[in-house]
Formats: sequence, C-alpha cells, structure tokens
Amino acid sequence: MPTATLRGWLLAEVPESKSQARCQRLFIGWLAFKRNPVAVIGLLIITSLVVVAMLAPWLTAGDALEPDLANRLRPPGSEHWFGTDELGRDILDRIIWGSRITLYIVGLVSIIVVPIGLLIGVVAGYIGGWVDTVLMRLTDIFLAFPRLILAMALVAALGPGLENAVLAIALTTWSPFARIARAEALTIRSSDFILAARMQGVSTAGILARHVAPLCMSSVIVRLTLDMAGIILTAAGLGFLGLGAQPPTPEWGAMISLGRQYLIDQWWVPTMPGIAILVVSLGFNLLGDGLRDVFDPKSGG
Amino acid sequence: MIEIEGLDVVFGRGKQAFHAVRDVSLSVTAGQSFGLVGESGSGKTTVLRALAGLLDKVATVSGNMAVAGETLQQQRSKSFRRRVQMVFQDPYGSLHPRHTVDTILSEPARVHGLDRIAERVVDALEEVGLNASFRFRYPHQISGGQRQRVSVARALITDPDIVLLDEPTSALDVSVQAEVLNLLMRLKREHGLTYVLVSHNLAVVAHMCETLAVMQNGAVVETMSVQQLREHDSAMPYTKQLLTASRGYDRGAIDAFEEFAQ
Amino acid sequence: MTAEPLLRVEDLCVDYHTPTGLVQAVRGVSFELGKEKLGIVGESGSGKSQTGRAILGLTAPGGEVRASRLEFKGTDLLHADARTLRRIRGGGISMIMQDPKYSLNPVMTVGKQIEEAFLVHSNDSKREAYARTLEMLRAVQIREPERVYRAYPHEVSGGMGQRIMIAMMMIPEPAIIIADEPTSALDVTVQLQVLAVLDDMISERGMGLIFISHDLNLIASFCDRILIMYGGQVMEECRATELAQAQHPYTRGLLDCLPQLDGGKRELAVLQRDPAWLESTGKPA
Repeated sequence: MPTATLRGWLLAEVPESKSQARCQRLFIGWLAFKRNPVAVIGLLIITSLVVVAMLAPWLTAGDALEPDLANRLRPPGSEHWFGTDELGRDILDRIIWGSRITLYIVGLVSIIVVPIGLLIGVVAGYIGGWVDTVLMRLTDIFLAFPRLILAMALVAALGPGLENAVLAIALTTWSPFARIARAEALTIRSSDFILAARMQGVSTAGILARHVAPLCMSSVIVRLTLDMAGIILTAAGLGFLGLGAQPPTPEWGAMISLGRQYLIDQWWVPTMPGIAILVVSLGFNLLGDGLRDVFDPKSGG
Repeated sequence: MIEIEGLDVVFGRGKQAFHAVRDVSLSVTAGQSFGLVGESGSGKTTVLRALAGLLDKVATVSGNMAVAGETLQQQRSKSFRRRVQMVFQDPYGSLHPRHTVDTILSEPARVHGLDRIAERVVDALEEVGLNASFRFRYPHQISGGQRQRVSVARALITDPDIVLLDEPTSALDVSVQAEVLNLLMRLKREHGLTYVLVSHNLAVVAHMCETLAVMQNGAVVETMSVQQLREHDSAMPYTKQLLTASRGYDRGAIDAFEEFAQ
Repeated sequence: MTAEPLLRVEDLCVDYHTPTGLVQAVRGVSFELGKEKLGIVGESGSGKSQTGRAILGLTAPGGEVRASRLEFKGTDLLHADARTLRRIRGGGISMIMQDPKYSLNPVMTVGKQIEEAFLVHSNDSKREAYARTLEMLRAVQIREPERVYRAYPHEVSGGMGQRIMIAMMMIPEPAIIIADEPTSALDVTVQLQVLAVLDDMISERGMGLIFISHDLNLIASFCDRILIMYGGQVMEECRATELAQAQHPYTRGLLDCLPQLDGGKRELAVLQRDPAWLESTGKPA
C-alpha cells in the first residue's frame, strides 16, 4: 500500500472498522511518542537489539563457542573489533549471540510476570474483601524476597541454568505489577462505565478481562520497561555468580564474570559485554520513560 | 410495573453507619414516567441504584422490591438485566475510554445472546440520531451530547421495558439537554418504555414525568402528580420551598427559607 | 450610568496557540461595568470563563491576551507592572470560583486563609486581622465564627465553603468581584442563600459584580444586566428585566429550549446553530 494512502487511512475522519480505529489510535500514540527524541533513541536501541539477535547467524563468523587458543586475548583491532577473550573467541560475535539470550531472558520474564501480576492485581483490586487481603499478603511475601538470594536458593534446589535463573527472576519481579494493577483496579471499579457493564449483566470475569485489565495495561507496560534494566542486570548478576547461563553460553553476565580477572591488562574482555548491558538497560529505561509520557502526559518530568 | 416497599439503605456499619435511604415506598405503573426529585444527599440516586441492584457490595439493602410482579433477589436475574437498563449522569464516565462505540453497543447484545448484532448496533445508533460513522469512534472523539446518546442507545439495545435515568442531562449544555430530553420522550412513546427519572431540576421532571416523589434526607417527603406540582398544590413546606427556589432568585423569598432538620 | 465605570473592556481577545492550530477563546468582547451586577451567560466553550480570567490576568500559560482597552478605575491592566497587578488582584478585583473544595487550601484552617487574604493587602497587626476575619465570617451569615475559624475546608459544607470564599475575597475590600459559576456545585436552596449573602454585601459596599454562569434563569433573576456569549463573542446585551424581549436568535433559541415548570409536555424547541453567528460581531445592528 503506498505511503500516502496508508497515512490517509490512518488519519481518516471516520474509521470503518474496529481494526482501523485501533490502528488510528496507535498511530496517534506513535506521533506523540515520536515527539520525544530521547524516547525514540531508546526505541532504536531496543529495535537494534532485536534485529541483531535475529540476524546473528549472518552477522557473525561462527557460533563463537569454539576456543581458538592461538588467538587468546587479542586487543580490539581490524580483525576482531572487540578483541578476543581468554579462549580466543571473538568478543563481538559472542556479544551478538548473547543478545539472543538477553532477549530470551527479557521475553520469558515478561510473559510470566505480566499475566500473573495483572491477574492477581486486578482480581484483588476489583473484588476486594478477604480475596484482596489474601492476595496482597501473598504479594507482600514475594516482594520481601531479595532477588539474588531467592535465585540462589532456587538454583541450589533446581540446579544452575538459564531457565531456573529466569524462573527465579520472574518470581521476585511480579509483585510490584500486582500492586500497580490493584491500584488501578481500585480507582476504576467505582466508575460509571463499570456500573453500566454490571447493569448489562456482564459477568465479573468479563468485566475484569474486557473493562478493568485493558485500563491497567499502560501502567503495567511502563513499569515493565522500566524494570527491564533491573531484570537484565539481575540475570547478569546471576550469570556473574555462575548461577545462570553456564559456559560456554555467551551470556553477557557470565562473560563479565569469566573476564574480570583480565580487567587490568586486557580491559576489553569484561568491559565490552559490560557496555552492551549498559546500552540495553539504558535503551529500556528511555523507552519506558517515553511510553509513560505518551500514556500519561500529566506525569511530567 | 415497579413496586418498592420499605426500602432502607445503609452504608457502612456500626458508628460509621450512614442511613442513606429510610423506609421509602413507591409504585410505578407500566408506561409511566416517575420522577424522583431532591437535593444532594436526599437519597434519590441511592434509591435508583438499589433498584438497579448496583449496591450489593457497598451497602446493606433491605425492603421489598418487585419488577413486573417478580420479587427482586440479592442477585439480579439475567432477565432483569435485559429488561431494566440505566443511563448515567456523567457522559465522560459512563463509556469505557478504550472501547469503540461499536464495542460498547455490541456488548449487551452479546451478553444476552442476541442475533444480528452488527445490524442492531447500526439500528440503535440511528434511533438516537447518530449515523453509522460514529460506529468505530472512541468516546474522547465525540461530544458530551453524543456520548449521552450512545448511553441511551446502549440502554435500548436489549429492548428493555424499564429505563432508569440518573440525572441524564445535568452535565449537558442547555441546548444539548433539550435535544436529549426530546429524544428520551420520543423513544418512550415509540417503545412503550417505563421511566424512573432522578433529577434535582424540577423543570426537567415536570417536563418529562407524570408523577413524582420529593425526597429529603433519605425519606419521601411527598408523592404528587406533576399537575399538583405545577399548581403549587403541596401540603409540605419542603416541597413549597423547593418550588420557590426553582423559580430563580427572589431576595424576599430567600429570607423565608427554613433549614430542614437532619 | 452617569458615574465613571469601574471596569472598561474594549475588544478583548484571548488566543491559544495549540499544536493543532489557533484557538480563539475570546474574540473581541467589549463591555463596561459600574456599581451593578453584570451577568455573563453562555454554554461551554462560549469564552465566558476565559473573559473573567483575562481581566485578572489569570489566563492559562500559552494564552495570549489582547485588547484595545482593559482598564480598572483608570489603571491599564494590560500593561501594568507585576506589583500593580498584585495590588489590584484581591485589593481591587477579586475572584470567586466554582468549587470551594478546590479553591480553598485543604491543609490550612479557614481562619488562617482569610487572615492571609487580609494581611496581603494591609499593614495591620495579626490581632486586627483576627478581629476582621471574625467580623467577615459574621457578615456572610456564619453563625459560629470562632468555631468555623478553626475548621478545615473539608469539615464545612459546600454552601458554607462558598460563603467562606466570599468572606476571603471580600476582606481586602475590592471594588469588583468576578464570580465564575460560584453556585453551580450547590443545591438550589443553598445557591440562593449564598447569592443573597453576595447580593447584600455588594449593595452595602457599592461594588460591581461580574457573574459568570450557564444558568440563564438564575442570571436573569439575580443580575441587573446580561451579556450573552457564544463562540467567544457577545451575541447580545440587555437589561435582565428585558430578557424575554431579547432579539438575537441565539438568545431566543436558548430561552425557547429550556423546559419550564409551567410548560406543557410539548417537544422542546431545539437550538438551530447558525454558522453566521460565529462570523459577525453578534450585536444586532
């Protein structure tokens, strides 16, 4: 479809279908988002991460797992842009492959945490009473756990590995989302449109799913993107402690851990993956701020 | 059509208990427009919400209520939800901000398993004077008067017998109010509806209704016909004062205003 | 009106430059105010509130105010310096807004707020301020001024809150009060009682009042003169007693579409908006 007509379709006065109406709303949201250059930078960083992860086989020479001891600890140069690590593997290649793992962690945690947090928060906030009390105390229990300690405990029980690390992170991350969703649900539940839905005979499940949850989504998504940096860092931390991805997997945290002894003389070995983590965390933060300004322009700052 | 006997509504418990409605009884015949008039705190909206069954978790409701001969239980039946609909006061709050008009109108139809939903939506929009171009708009894209029309359309989709109107035009400009009131009157005639209209505006009630009950502090002060209202034929000083006040500013009359005890 | 008018407004315009274009909230409004009650009536978007705020220099940021003349007792309000404006706000022209819940500071007692309003415009002592505050509370028909003095805004009813607002705005003895929908949030009997208090004070002190409202009936019964606004312009100006003989089709339309207590069940006349109203200056030739 030529751009002119697409734009015309998106800006049409009278939307002719539900999907057109939804696309129009997203488009207007996008225009508002675009006005914030810093947010766009965040989006670009994250998009680059995704693109790099997808194109990894074409962007790298090999799978960066094979040691090449003749090439150990080479500094950054024309042949190895980020240098090589202690086993002679190209660091840039490892970072590129590691982006897949970062995305995997981020994606898996999100898929677990958002539905659980939303469900618990929305049910607690809308229904209230003892259901609210029980669910919130449950949330408090999980909120009280320090991430790393719980992760270590879980790993001690289940064995080290990326999936267990992700599970541990997810278990300690969902609580604030439940809180946020509950706060929104509390405000929404006395709205007239909810009363109208009850007048129509919509079931409680229907109200929660179609009326309450969609309104909690924006706060939850913003919080998720802002928390993403923390999630990546926790995963890196677990990797650093040897509790996450196991060698030779090119997980960025593990790369820092194994490389830290070389920090003084071969600084590039731990520093390059460190910069990668920094850039991606920053990207998520900027994206989250931008999204928050679009969803709730009153929040300012 | 509607029988309410000895209705009591209490918010909160123990020392915090607030008796919003005290021993209210009223009766509405089929095809009638019944007005509930009062100032804020009179309990008129609470009576409407109690009838609608919207108070079950927030207040203790006691008394007998029956609609079309069927006594109302704690949980309203599915058929009640089809036959009794409500239009709310605030055009900005009564439509879900993320739902298109189409979604808002389709939902009741789907919940009650009606057929030809898309057709019904378009018909309902036409009935309230909105053309099909409104179908996929969001509430923030349409005006206050148009939103109230959508609320009315939503109330009509299930082909109800009774429509409860909670100050349906108080938040609208005067010129828009006239349009919406005309619409409500036409729909009532065409569909043979029964209305219960809550308002603080005596002129609106006099225009729309045949019978009204004046409420104050949770109790019914007086039930009268609109004819009696027009002729100032009231025995109760509260009603008389309300009538005087609704005529506009009259310095002399104001001095005679009483404070009616709580 | 032989005396000098308190306020002279000529060709007042308020523009907002928004990302979606220019919004002309007020387009060439002119009127004079003496020691009388002037009502400005209009629907939402008519520019009536914007007019009131522009006079006091309280237009929201982003708004641009222009006028050929905007004078209070001879002082040019448009080009006055900040100090003069501060002196006039409260001391010369005061404003009462719609909902005391939002216009009274919730964390200060009522008494303190009224005292503050007094002390800003005078050099008297705190003791004097206290005495004047109680006097003012009595003047607005509040029966237990000492008790109300110590109360917080959320502890008083709506009607009392508005009377407190009136006390606060009257204490610096302004010459003009601008009341923007001061009673719209109140019940009808309370509305009238609050207006009676305002009425008495204004006649006793020989003040001018600009009463902004959407309620045509109320303005017609309360005010002396009426301005009817639509689309940022004045459509018609008339004496309150002559409202029924109004000429402009918009005014007639508004009058005809109101449901009447005495009216029958006839269909209400629907206002037909003529786009020509938005173009002309509105006043009948």
